[in-house]
Amino acid sequence: MSIKINQEFCIRCKKCVNVCPGNLLDMGDKGKAYVKYPKECWGCTSCLKECPTGAIKYYLGADIGGRGGYLYTKRDNDQLSWLICKPDGKHVCITVDGTQANRY
Amino acid sequence: MNLELKILNTDILIIGGGTAGCFAALTIANNSDCQVIITEKANIKRSGCLAAGVNALNAYILKGETPESYLEYVRNDAEGIIREDLVISMAKRLNEVTRKVETMGLVIQKDSKGDYVARGRRNIKINGENIKPLLAEAVEEKKNVQVLNQVNMIDYVIQDNRVIGAYGFSIKDNIFYTIQAKAVICATGGAAGLYRPNNPGFSRHKMWYSPFNTGAGYAMGIRAGAEMTSMEMRFIALRCKDTIAPTGTIAQGVGASQINGKGEEYERNYGAPSTPNRMYSTIRENMEGRGPCYLETKGMPMETQEELYKAYLNMAPAQTLRWIERGKGPSVENVEIEGTEPYIVGGHTASGYWVDTERAATLVGLYAAGDVAGGSPQKYVTGCFAEGEIAALSAMSYIERIKPVSIDREQIINKFNNVTRFLKNSPGLLRVEDLEEAMQKVMDEYAGGISAGYMVNMDKLFIAREQIKILLDRSTFLRANDMHELVFIYEVIDRLYVCQVVIEHLIARKETRWHCYNENADYPKKDDEHFFRYVNSRYGNGNIEIIFREIVKKDEQYEHQD
Ligand SMILES: Cc1cc2nc3c(=O)[nH]c(=O)nc-3n(C[C@H](O)[C@H](O)[C@H](O)COP(=O)(O)OP(=O)(O)OC[C@H]3O[C@@H](n4cnc5c(N)ncnc54)[C@H](O)[C@@H]3O)c2cc1C
Ligand code: SF4
Ligand code: SF4
Repeated sequence: MSIKINQEFCIRCKKCVNVCPGNLLDMGDKGKAYVKYPKECWGCTSCLKECPTGAIKYYLGADIGGRGGYLYTKRDNDQLSWLICKPDGKHVCITVDGTQANRY
Repeated sequence: MNLELKILNTDILIIGGGTAGCFAALTIANNSDCQVIITEKANIKRSGCLAAGVNALNAYILKGETPESYLEYVRNDAEGIIREDLVISMAKRLNEVTRKVETMGLVIQKDSKGDYVARGRRNIKINGENIKPLLAEAVEEKKNVQVLNQVNMIDYVIQDNRVIGAYGFSIKDNIFYTIQAKAVICATGGAAGLYRPNNPGFSRHKMWYSPFNTGAGYAMGIRAGAEMTSMEMRFIALRCKDTIAPTGTIAQGVGASQINGKGEEYERNYGAPSTPNRMYSTIRENMEGRGPCYLETKGMPMETQEELYKAYLNMAPAQTLRWIERGKGPSVENVEIEGTEPYIVGGHTASGYWVDTERAATLVGLYAAGDVAGGSPQKYVTGCFAEGEIAALSAMSYIERIKPVSIDREQIINKFNNVTRFLKNSPGLLRVEDLEEAMQKVMDEYAGGISAGYMVNMDKLFIAREQIKILLDRSTFLRANDMHELVFIYEVIDRLYVCQVVIEHLIARKETRWHCYNENADYPKKDDEHFFRYVNSRYGNGNIEIIFREIVKKDEQYEHQD
């Protein structure tokens, strides 16, 4: 399971690097973030949620049935939006209100 | 590469800034002026089990329940092998710690009367996505708590038979730390990655438990001769296939039952429902050709499905991504389930430090809380808070009573040289990654992993014992090129120590008390006459000594004895 960083969107804030519970990310040559240890990723999505520009995408490895879709997040105060791009290119957006408990 | 040597001083050192560690720090800061240092291998904002969030508080005393009824549930689930004194003292604090975390900003659902809303008999509903950042914020506000992020601890400093600090090193900077403290609280969580995981390839870290909790706390204790308990009571979780996401949200939240490939409910054919039996029944159904097994969700209302999508995003986003990617949610397709590789997790089963009622380990000056502490299963998040609180209060009272000593310099230099040799070793045949894989293969095949159907027998365990020993010996030749590689080396060494102890415990409990967790083909029955006791152990001079101890009841105040 892993993530991909689109360096074009990276504004070098280093937030993802600082937050990863496995210290798996680092700042590369051009001062932009990159995944140093892709196979070590837990898939916790902490780095995505930190990224101010939505540069980090999260996807399921093919070995666990991943089909080429991915997700990234956008935060607007308490509202956390999860944007999922399906394998056919269509987008789905699920917004979770942080002030509401899970129904289940 | 040269390392700088840094020595710090504090009153109480907390190793691991996770659930229990953060709560312990808050307890100390709220009740005293003691100086606290938290050393955390990652960043307390999202480190440990709570990184992605949790979906419910699994341990809460709801109306109509009592700490005693919680104890009874835990006792039954663990077939009696629990420390009742620990479970009851934890259970008594569950509601109070819940109230405290609510004041930190955790969203908990309430009914019109202001009571928390139940999910099942012991759970309450929350939005736990941000539970770790909330805890971290609360900790960072405390002036007397210093947080050292990205500092990995490796061993205790022991002098005059007391724990007076710990050694570690920074993952980012070239610094070797010696942290001297009057008392130490270990809160490093449990151990994942001992066994070959469900997805050994690219997604090898897509596991349920945090792959970054590598059993460091257990290993530090083992190496220092602390007594450990119930390491044979491995935790094997029933999880959603491939994503290894928790199933409780669907099973308890929505009430879905387990069915086999033929669509039959099977759990009740295997005796009284319990956590190990839910797992065992699924394994048996698969082995007997009736798999795959599922949680029956098909036909659930679309509204429920939408809510499940959200609930999973709040703790295991992979599962929601999977549903949406496939274009088939749980209302259309049942959710396939499988068992995970075995973990050692004192918050779910009873493995970990043998502590007294005050959460003091058998090494003077050392306290343990959370998944690293043994004897008290089904702690979950709130139980870890409760234990963090108890350990903190005990450590505070301990440091009032003792005279601090200072670390002798020679000890520090020895340890420093011990660590830096990995940076000096010439590159050899064995890489850390290969060693880890070899260890996981041995554990999988000979110590009851997934491929062995979780089953052990004596002959296989003896092979596991021999092979793990060889791997541990070979670990001395590993080489690190940077600080992160040094962490990788210590992680695999720590895991190997934990594996050794797990194997000895599996050898010692010659019965089958819990399906899957400790399933011994040579001794397929429960044997109360000989084994209604704790299996404990102590490591010294390269040997692991097994100690059997009698069950501690709920009204006892347990103190360490020899
Ligand atoms: C995926 C998942 C979902 C869960 N869902 C729920 C739920 O919904 N409800 C519930 O009640 N419970 C849930 N649990 C259980 C609960 O989260 C854990 O029992 C609890 O968080 C463990 O707390 P801890 O303090 O022992 O460990 P952690 O919170 O993991 O803390 C351990 C800390 O120690 C650090 N550390 C480790 N080694 C070192 C070292 N050598 N040096 C320095 N630092 C180190 C780690 O980085 C980590 O921050 C879940 C667990 C998991 C894994
Ligand atoms: S998903 Fe989690 S483990 Fe993976 S890189 Fe991001 S923060 Fe690290
Ligand atoms: S958080 Fe996003 S913008 Fe910031 S360094 Fe990481 S990838 Fe770049």
